[in-house]
Amino acid sequence: MNRLGRLLLFALGGGVVSVLFVLATFDLPDFGSSIHLYRDLAVPAAVQHHTANVVSAVNFDQRAIDTFGEETILVASVVGAAALLRPSADESERRAPDLGRTLESTRLVGYVLMPVTLVLGVDVVLHGGITPGGGFQGGVVLATGLHLIYVTGTYPALERLRPVVPFEVAESLGAAGFALLGLLGIWTSGAFLGNFLPLGAFGQILSTGTVQVLSALVGLEVLGSMIVLLSSFFAQEISIRKAGADQ
Amino acid sequence: MLPTTADLMPVVVAVPVAMACLLAVLGRALPRRAVDALTLLTMLGVTVATVVLLRDTGTGRTYTWLGGWTPHGNVGVGIAFVADPLSAGLAVMIGVLATCALLFAWHYLDAVGGHFHALMLFFAAGMEGFVFSADLFDMVVFFELMGASAYALTGFHVEDETAVEGGLNFGLVNSLGAYLSLAGVALLYGRVGQLGLPQLGEALGHHRPDALVVASFVLVMTGFMVKGALVPLHFWLADAHAVAPAPVCVLFSGVMVELGLYGVARVYFTVYGETLPHDDIRRAFLVLGVVTAVVGAAMCLGQRHLKRLLAFSTIAHMGLFTVGFALLSSDGIGGTAVWVVGHAGVKSALFLLAGLLLERYGTVDELELHGKARDQRLGAALFFLAAIGLAGLPPFGTALGKSIAEDATLTSGYHWGPALFVVVSALTGGAVLRFGARAYLGLGDAPHPEELAEATPGDEEPEGSVSGRTPLTMLSAIVVLLLAGLAAGLVPDIGRAAAHAAERLIDGPGYAAQLLSGVRPPAPEPEPAAVWTSTGVVLSLLSTGLALLVAAAGLWLRRLRWLHVLTPVMHRLHRLHTGHIGDYVAWLFVGMAALAALVGLPLM
Amino acid sequence: MSIYAYLVAGYLILIGSYGIVRSRHLVHAVVSLSVAQAGTYVLLLAVGYQRAASAPVFGSTTKPNTGVVDPVVQAMTLTDIVVSATVTALLLALAVQINKRHGTVDPDDLAALRG
Repeated sequence: MNRLGRLLLFALGGGVVSVLFVLATFDLPDFGSSIHLYRDLAVPAAVQHHTANVVSAVNFDQRAIDTFGEETILVASVVGAAALLRPSADESERRAPDLGRTLESTRLVGYVLMPVTLVLGVDVVLHGGITPGGGFQGGVVLATGLHLIYVTGTYPALERLRPVVPFEVAESLGAAGFALLGLLGIWTSGAFLGNFLPLGAFGQILSTGTVQVLSALVGLEVLGSMIVLLSSFFAQEISIRKAGADQ
Repeated sequence: MLPTTADLMPVVVAVPVAMACLLAVLGRALPRRAVDALTLLTMLGVTVATVVLLRDTGTGRTYTWLGGWTPHGNVGVGIAFVADPLSAGLAVMIGVLATCALLFAWHYLDAVGGHFHALMLFFAAGMEGFVFSADLFDMVVFFELMGASAYALTGFHVEDETAVEGGLNFGLVNSLGAYLSLAGVALLYGRVGQLGLPQLGEALGHHRPDALVVASFVLVMTGFMVKGALVPLHFWLADAHAVAPAPVCVLFSGVMVELGLYGVARVYFTVYGETLPHDDIRRAFLVLGVVTAVVGAAMCLGQRHLKRLLAFSTIAHMGLFTVGFALLSSDGIGGTAVWVVGHAGVKSALFLLAGLLLERYGTVDELELHGKARDQRLGAALFFLAAIGLAGLPPFGTALGKSIAEDATLTSGYHWGPALFVVVSALTGGAVLRFGARAYLGLGDAPHPEELAEATPGDEEPEGSVSGRTPLTMLSAIVVLLLAGLAAGLVPDIGRAAAHAAERLIDGPGYAAQLLSGVRPPAPEPEPAAVWTSTGVVLSLLSTGLALLVAAAGLWLRRLRWLHVLTPVMHRLHRLHTGHIGDYVAWLFVGMAALAALVGLPLM
Repeated sequence: MSIYAYLVAGYLILIGSYGIVRSRHLVHAVVSLSVAQAGTYVLLLAVGYQRAASAPVFGSTTKPNTGVVDPVVQAMTLTDIVVSATVTALLLALAVQINKRHGTVDPDDLAALRG
């Protein structure tokens, strides 16, 4: 189909759907209204389980199976991307060439800020049940924090810092740990992903039962996944070459 | 606390995930046979668990509120997993198909490391979760899990340029469908403030359907319709099937596509069943089903590439299944369910046979294979048996399901129903028979040199390495699947069980009452078992006979001048299937607009 | 205007889809898909918003019985964002391989799956 035909078809379909959507928005409650039925159920349930961060309570306690599904999508996508970016039959991985130079001051900024970012990331993960944050957010901070070495330095420096296999193990450990903790819930509390650990005092770090534990497992998993994902892309771009080709 | 049968549902989702994570890491360290064995054992365990679940569910529903969050009153914060007879049956089918696919892949795929096996386990877990979930957002989540694993599995052979292209087309369109569904969920959530299917159904109740209800329905159904390959949201399926490895195609055509229709049915009956009138929805999906069946059958006839041919036949059958569902009656949906099981058996066997052909001869192009497979006696026998089963010969499950569905169309007053079913089955079965006759028997006009030179979509490289005799694992997988397709028609009382399952599916208010308040459904009324009727047998033999005629016409097409009048129409139809992602998305929106018009205009 | 936020969300979804339709580069198409997805997030968060309510995290400043915005949509959105990053990465990996095998990422030039 030529370009014009395609655009006309889209205009037709998109036009009808847009009209329907706009009509539907007139039937929604006003933006900023105070009627939120699910919130009125979720907040007391979170408080009942001594979880100060209601979002984490929803994610890891009340709707934990959703989060289990989402973090499985994460692992599956990363495994899939790693499979798709693997060296094919006629390719092999080489040593990354030394590409370019960076300023000393830039590298210093990286060296100083990386540990700060990592500590921040660990903090976000560990306090996931009681302050804004959690495994997903903290894991991303940790993974990208590690890559500050690449952004401010060189790729070989990054390679020295992050051997890929431990992070693959971390990713799998996090995801499998989530599944196993859920299965354990069947024996201890009678329901998959039941919150069976002691609930502790509201607002303290050792509260919320399984929420903190699941959050930490997800943090481990997201850290591992992001590292593996980025390393696959880097390897595909920088290190993988056709067998027998020059650098 | 001791686990109950209901706990089998999350177990069946969580255990494959855990095993997949293990294999993703240890895959390179373990020997290939260990990886194969672990994966196979896991899926065998899943199959056994789902069979137990099906048996214990009987004609009722098994459910569990995950995390222990049982609702109080009509509202709750938790998510439930529910198995009614239909979803339990689908869960068993997922297990059996995945086990057979992995058995075939034992000797077939050259997979290094554990990635392929891990992705297959993630895929199976996603499908099982989708089938059990009783929460709209959760269904979208498992839908995306199915999708992510499927995109990677489609493009798995990265050396094949068509595989990665097919994978990307598949990925973009299905993901967009999932996001549009999510938008629909958001709209519905904004109005109702709940996400669970029973709660949504109770809250929407007997509301007058306004623009928001229609808009959310159209958006939510879009994702499922993309998955179910209803025209014009079907383009991705042919691309994906043509290039994915054969064991993966087994899961695609056997159960993944059917899950799209299941999603439509489940969400309609539990959430919108009381709000959107049955007549409107019936009309809408009848139209979509008929168009899908006709387009699928027409495209199927013109294919030279076996896997693409089988893909279009799946689209055609999905159209027929949609017509069966659209009747919104227990015999219509029950017949469709039996048909789906029979179809899964024979279609999967055909895909695995295609894999074998690709292995031995490096091609699945009909003209290139002309006469080459003459020495494959067993392969030919299995192929023709499966093709005849696809066309609807009794006592295959396809024929039984077809005849029950035909009866249902007549009871609902659609007298063109049997004609449509017979013709489409004959066309698709005939196309497959024609392929078999050319490849295994060498019949038909010899191809012209310029016809051979034409590039067919998906000129492939062999996916693995098979030499000499076909390994037992590959043959047994094919035989098991064929027997399953046959058994679906022979198991006594399967018609009645399917009708009861359909009754449970249709009973949306009963679903809500049981999940929210624990009200048990009444035992289903004893009804006469839907068995082979004489009309059914006659029509099945008719469709098989017609299929043989269609195959013959295809083999000696050049001599049948009068058929050539159809060539411009077919050519036009083929030209629409461009493989261009922009076209696919444009057609997606046209499809949404069509559904919106079909559902919305009668309500204005 | 009380529906403005919803209209913005709808516009993002539409313009993202339009991006895929008119795309001449597969990476552009995948990024347009992310734009469409961002539209769904805006819709979710807009549906859950309440004026003059605080964030759904309790601590020393927010006591457990103050009004908060809807935490459920926030939970849905935050997990979805991380997941969509990886699914986008998966699609981009496919695009990388297409570029390698076909030498082009222009959908108009990719002709292997016609018919």
